[in-house]
Amino acid sequence: MKKKLKIDVDCANCAAKMESAVKKLDGVTDASISFMSQRLILEADEDRFDSVLKEVIRTCKRVEPDCEIYL
Amino acid sequence: MNRKQKNILIRILLTAALMLILHPLPVEGWVRLLLTLIPYLLIGWDILRKAILGILHRELFDENFLMSIATIGALVLGQYEESVEVMLFYQIGELFQSYAVGKSRRSIASLMDIRPDFANVERDGQIVQVDPEEVEPGDCIVVRPGERIPLDGTILEGVSALNTSALTGESLPRDVAPGSDVISGCVNLSGLLRVRVTKPFEESTVNRILELVENSSLKKSKAENFITRFAHYYTPIVCIGAVLLAVIPPLFLGNWSEWISRALTFLVISCPCALVISIPLSFFGGIGGASRAGILVKGGTDLESLAHTKTVVFDKTGTLTQGVFTVTEMTPAPGWDAGDLLELAALAEAYSNHPISRSLRDACAHPLDLGRVGESEELAGGGVITWVDGKQVAAGNARLMNHIHAAFTENSRPGTIVYLAVDGSFAGSIVISDQLKSSSVAAMKDLQAQGIRTVLLTGDSEKAAQAVGNVLGIDEIHSGLLPDGKVEHVERLLAAKPPKSTLAFVGDGINDAPVLTRADVGIAMGAMGSDAAIEAADVVLMDDDPRKISLAMRIARKCLRIVRENIIFALGVKIICLLLGALGKAGMQAAIFADVGVMVLAVLNAVRTLRVDHTSKNSQA
Repeated sequence: MKKKLKIDVDCANCAAKMESAVKKLDGVTDASISFMSQRLILEADEDRFDSVLKEVIRTCKRVEPDCEIYL
Repeated sequence: MNRKQKNILIRILLTAALMLILHPLPVEGWVRLLLTLIPYLLIGWDILRKAILGILHRELFDENFLMSIATIGALVLGQYEESVEVMLFYQIGELFQSYAVGKSRRSIASLMDIRPDFANVERDGQIVQVDPEEVEPGDCIVVRPGERIPLDGTILEGVSALNTSALTGESLPRDVAPGSDVISGCVNLSGLLRVRVTKPFEESTVNRILELVENSSLKKSKAENFITRFAHYYTPIVCIGAVLLAVIPPLFLGNWSEWISRALTFLVISCPCALVISIPLSFFGGIGGASRAGILVKGGTDLESLAHTKTVVFDKTGTLTQGVFTVTEMTPAPGWDAGDLLELAALAEAYSNHPISRSLRDACAHPLDLGRVGESEELAGGGVITWVDGKQVAAGNARLMNHIHAAFTENSRPGTIVYLAVDGSFAGSIVISDQLKSSSVAAMKDLQAQGIRTVLLTGDSEKAAQAVGNVLGIDEIHSGLLPDGKVEHVERLLAAKPPKSTLAFVGDGINDAPVLTRADVGIAMGAMGSDAAIEAADVVLMDDDPRKISLAMRIARKCLRIVRENIIFALGVKIICLLLGALGKAGMQAAIFADVGVMVLAVLNAVRTLRVDHTSKNSQA
């Protein structure tokens, strides 16, 4: 399942770091974060999408405490 | 400025004020350190916090970590004021950067903002303003002059001119009348229009374009990935360099505090912001500028491949020619009447979407009786075999005639020849010809002036292909190809192309999907309606002007040039500053100003990608 989320991230470097951290998560098939359009596209297993999404948000917050993800 | 930025600005001003008060105070030693900690923590608490969180999460070596180490080091060395100043300058730099980047990001995004805000829908005789997403196909909407058409539809009432420039880059307005299909995103210029909606908002042109452009910055280019990888190695290397700088020279030369302070400066200088920000911004700008010209590029990678294109392969029909076929000649076999011949051919092709079939139908004087048409089978690259009035009618090219073993008389006129056989016996042939687009000649000249090899691949006859090829001066022509033959040729050309260059395929999106996918860059044109083409292609031209191909390549090359300039400039200045820092010629404050300066210049340079130069297009128009 693929979902597009709006995010609020301040620097391009953080966005890149968030992306690589999210990609490594278990259950995430693919992820892409664009600093320019302030979007996160997440592709993850359908049946546990919500729990993966929670983990994604936690990871993003860990990499960049200032970031915000709007559901 | 947003809330976060205002917050930082207040902290910067307070810190600066505190420093001014603190500076003349006649206190030394511990008291001074304690007093200095007030502005230090005021300006730097969030950076220290992020650095500590980073250490806890094993995300070492980011700029927060660098700044914390550098300023704490300065405090330990007794350089209290310097420490606060460095934090202060860093925050000013960050603020400036976030403001500048945010502003350019928004200005690019606003260029692409073609999203309609509302739709005036007719409900129970009343006109209600609603969100376009709430409108359903079949609903009737009213578009007043000056408003954007919110959804794709067909005009019921009203005559007007539409400005399509936001979609196609074409400044000439398009006239519309009842019955015309209108595309969302265009601006209604003169008259009131009543439109019946044909597609929901999600499938309307404007939404599809927005999705495409929005997603384009998610498809990262090689240069962007290079920067990510670069930062991954660069920061640890710089940190190790700083440690060595702090430890090795003083072992021989003494003066520990001087070398540690140089090492800290070295750390502060090393932050790679200018690079990390300007590269994606350049690509974003390039994609934004192109979309203003009616060229949708799906991602940074595609812009990169487009810039390196040395071979362009064209489909003929609908790409270089108008794709509007007209029946120009009918040659019935003995015993057949020209009118019957045409009618049979039209009936046989009644259910085909191929442009040739359409022209056969259009050429028929009276409406077709579809009740006469039975089972129909389409043979790719051959034609159709259809049962009409219980008879087997084969309509197609010479290959089809051979396939059903019909003895036919070859027609040698240029153009597309449709041969017709009824129950296996030859009934005659129809000549259909297509005209070149007026801009094809200029487009081809433009490409050849750039040293690009042009190839024509077509399913059409050799004569028709040669006729087009000769007028346009195309380097290589292959005709009579089936869709898989086109793929084979593209694969052969891909293997033969000059190293490091790329091959682009240009098609109108009909039957081209496999080739569009196979080529390095698939360019689909006139795609205002075709979903398949938008899916398969890397670059989508909103209108069908072949000159847009060379324009797209120019935009791509300019964007890549700016990216290279920024990489060289930012890295160059960085290396010089690092050396100056290591030699003790540049202080921390200077280092931070240099960093912000490079960043701002790189961002301004990146914004240049937005400007699209149409000169070559106009001079040949």
